[in-house]
Amino acid sequence: MVDISRDAADLVPPAEVPDVELYHAHSWITKYVFCQDAKVIAIQYSVTALAIGFVALVLSWLMRLQLGYPGAFSFIDAEHYYQFITMHGMIMVIYLITAIFLGGFGNYLIPLMLGARDMVFPYVNMLSYWVYLLAVIVLVASYFVPGGPTGAGWTLYPPQVILSGTAGYDWGIILMLVSLILFIIGFTMGGLNYVVTTLQARTRGMTLMRMPLTVWGIFTATVLALLAFPALFVACVMLLFDRLLGTSFFMPALVEMGQHLSYRGGSPILFQHLFWFFGHPEVYIVALPAFGIVSDLISTHARKNIFGYRMMVWAIVAIGALSFIVWAHHMYVSGMHPWFGFFFATSTLIIAIPTAIKVYNWVLTLWKGDIHLTVPMLFALGFIVTFVNGGLTGLFLGNVVVDVPLSDTMFVVAHFHMVMGVAPILVIFGAIYHWYPKITGRMLDDTMGKIHFWVTFIGAYAIYFPMHYLGLMGVPRRYFELGEMAFVPPSAVTLNEFITIAALIVGAAQVLFVYNLIVSLYRGKEAGGNPWHATTLEWQTPETPPGHGNWGKELPVVHRWAYDYSVPGAPRDFVPQNQPTLTPAT
Amino acid sequence: MGSIVLFLAVVGIIAGWWLARQRLTAKPWLEEGPLAEFPGAGAMAFPAQTVGLGIFLVVVGALFALVISAYSVRMLMLDWRPLPVPDLLWFNTGLLVASSVALQVAYASAKRLRPEDMKLGVLAAASFAVLFLVGQVLAWLQLQKAGYFLASNPANAFFYLLAALHGLHLSGGLVALGRVGRKIWLGNERRERVRMLVGLCAAYWHFLLFIWLVVMALLMGWADDFIELCGRLFT
Repeated sequence: MVDISRDAADLVPPAEVPDVELYHAHSWITKYVFCQDAKVIAIQYSVTALAIGFVALVLSWLMRLQLGYPGAFSFIDAEHYYQFITMHGMIMVIYLITAIFLGGFGNYLIPLMLGARDMVFPYVNMLSYWVYLLAVIVLVASYFVPGGPTGAGWTLYPPQVILSGTAGYDWGIILMLVSLILFIIGFTMGGLNYVVTTLQARTRGMTLMRMPLTVWGIFTATVLALLAFPALFVACVMLLFDRLLGTSFFMPALVEMGQHLSYRGGSPILFQHLFWFFGHPEVYIVALPAFGIVSDLISTHARKNIFGYRMMVWAIVAIGALSFIVWAHHMYVSGMHPWFGFFFATSTLIIAIPTAIKVYNWVLTLWKGDIHLTVPMLFALGFIVTFVNGGLTGLFLGNVVVDVPLSDTMFVVAHFHMVMGVAPILVIFGAIYHWYPKITGRMLDDTMGKIHFWVTFIGAYAIYFPMHYLGLMGVPRRYFELGEMAFVPPSAVTLNEFITIAALIVGAAQVLFVYNLIVSLYRGKEAGGNPWHATTLEWQTPETPPGHGNWGKELPVVHRWAYDYSVPGAPRDFVPQNQPTLTPAT
Repeated sequence: MGSIVLFLAVVGIIAGWWLARQRLTAKPWLEEGPLAEFPGAGAMAFPAQTVGLGIFLVVVGALFALVISAYSVRMLMLDWRPLPVPDLLWFNTGLLVASSVALQVAYASAKRLRPEDMKLGVLAAASFAVLFLVGQVLAWLQLQKAGYFLASNPANAFFYLLAALHGLHLSGGLVALGRVGRKIWLGNERRERVRMLVGLCAAYWHFLLFIWLVVMALLMGWADDFIELCGRLFT
């Protein structure tokens, strides 16, 4: 071991923080509702995200019912179907996955894992949640306005998004755009907290290279989001101008129902550039926290240090940087200069290198590990398999010549659900099973957890694996019903029925998960402070659940990295980050 | 999309330079120590508020770089008719410069422990900023009167959009400056903290002045060659 002792060049927080600097709740309302404690805000974010996520789940059921049994349900017409897919997509990507990873896990884990008492700007942090909640309420409100929510697809492409043939072109789209603008404002407030807390509030000894990969993932994803969400913000504001004030940023000259519209000269392609300038980094905004969390889950539950920590950090940073120069691979069919296509295909394929490094390192961490097949570990393993699957089909679609025929088919739907739908959600589940004992002080029921995992994992494969074949046959996405298509054999219809049944079963398994969350809150086994025998700081708090200010009187001091598992010579198979020597103090 | 790519390239270079100083090549599994007192061990030698403002300015910069990117794409289309720049905008620009200078004077006074000068500077800065916003609304009305409506041409739409976004950011800044002013007048805040807060407001003001000067350069057509160059580079 190398003992480092040089003069401190930078600021480190004092061991004791004067009590007056901490935010104190003085009433029930300020303790549980308008609370500035990051842990409470994290729970508020997570519960809201999961609640709206269940709306998205029901919407996916409805659209699958239509695809599996077209015409069997009279209440599902084409307009409703498009509303289902639009709201499902937007809720899942933005309001569930982004919100829960950054607002939920970010708020809970960053201060605790870094040994801080709270976020650096607690008031702004609180505002972030309430603006997010307002965004969700505005989104849901679109169900109660004339015409209902927008049915333009989650990409909201103009010009169709504000033409009268599209569901929700009058009110729904306005509420969607306002909701997104609010979300971005709220996120920016939270994002500043996550980044500045990571930079400025780490405890003594917590160097950047001693941070758990979970924090690296959330930190880098937040940086990406802070730089990428402005593109969506600008696109939404300009589209709102086109819709409400009659400008022609994106709207070209059009004839609708025999009438010349007042728009002229706008560029729909410009919207696509702005949208995907946000949209592609968004993939990594949800993937990087998942990468970080899954690294910690695997290391903890395989009782082994993470393989290639430095490479893992570099890969996270490299993926983040590269994610800004690949956006136009979503636009191959929009038409572009061949050199452009070549550039974006190349940059897309280059991202596979740091991503593959991460996958190899996860597998090598497992190699000869003392693998405990706990529920979090099962979800982590499920993530690796699913992510590899989704990533490989991404290599197909990153190539222009392969993408062009597969574009707008079910193959694309299968690809992005595997890679940025199922894979990150498996990590979210794994993370909830892993940190629930710290948040509540009780364990989730193991049997229910295992049933939840196996039904979700196998069910997700039953849904999306066959969908690739539908796509290869040429079955298009975004079609309300296939009708008579010569190239679609009857077996495709049967396959669609099978997928629908699988989707219904997977959805039902999520009800079991929620039941487990609620019941275990009261009847779960007492967890103790560190049930997984983990090394990171959040498991070393004096109280479980952590009390106000997290650490009692003195902040922890970090003596080692986050992955000292099964260290030769140590009496236990883990050495906490704040333990000075291999042998714990008695 | 040249402007935003260039903007991110600059941000990337700065981030890369900072990361290069953080011992990312360290082998943390070998480094066991009580405080690990080496570069990268602790926070940057700035208050969290300063770092927070710096990052917020990057976000605001990205926002304007994106609008300018859209501007440069849209202006190459056939229906684009440049907007005449009203003289009032030059007067407004002068007001914004005065506001920025006043805040800088306030900050310098705070450093030299001259609280009365600081109060005067903050008051002057806020007044000039409010006058700037009023002037912007008058410029809008002048343009409307002359027939340059929001929806009649994309050049008009971009002008109104850029001015509105800039005005909103300045209004937000005024709210923050108002809160700082309240602390100054109540006099119950530590001197160092007041100095820092005034300094942060000044930095924000200078940044918004810079953004406004870029917008003026766009409107005057001074940036056309640059936009064309970006267009050639990225198409």
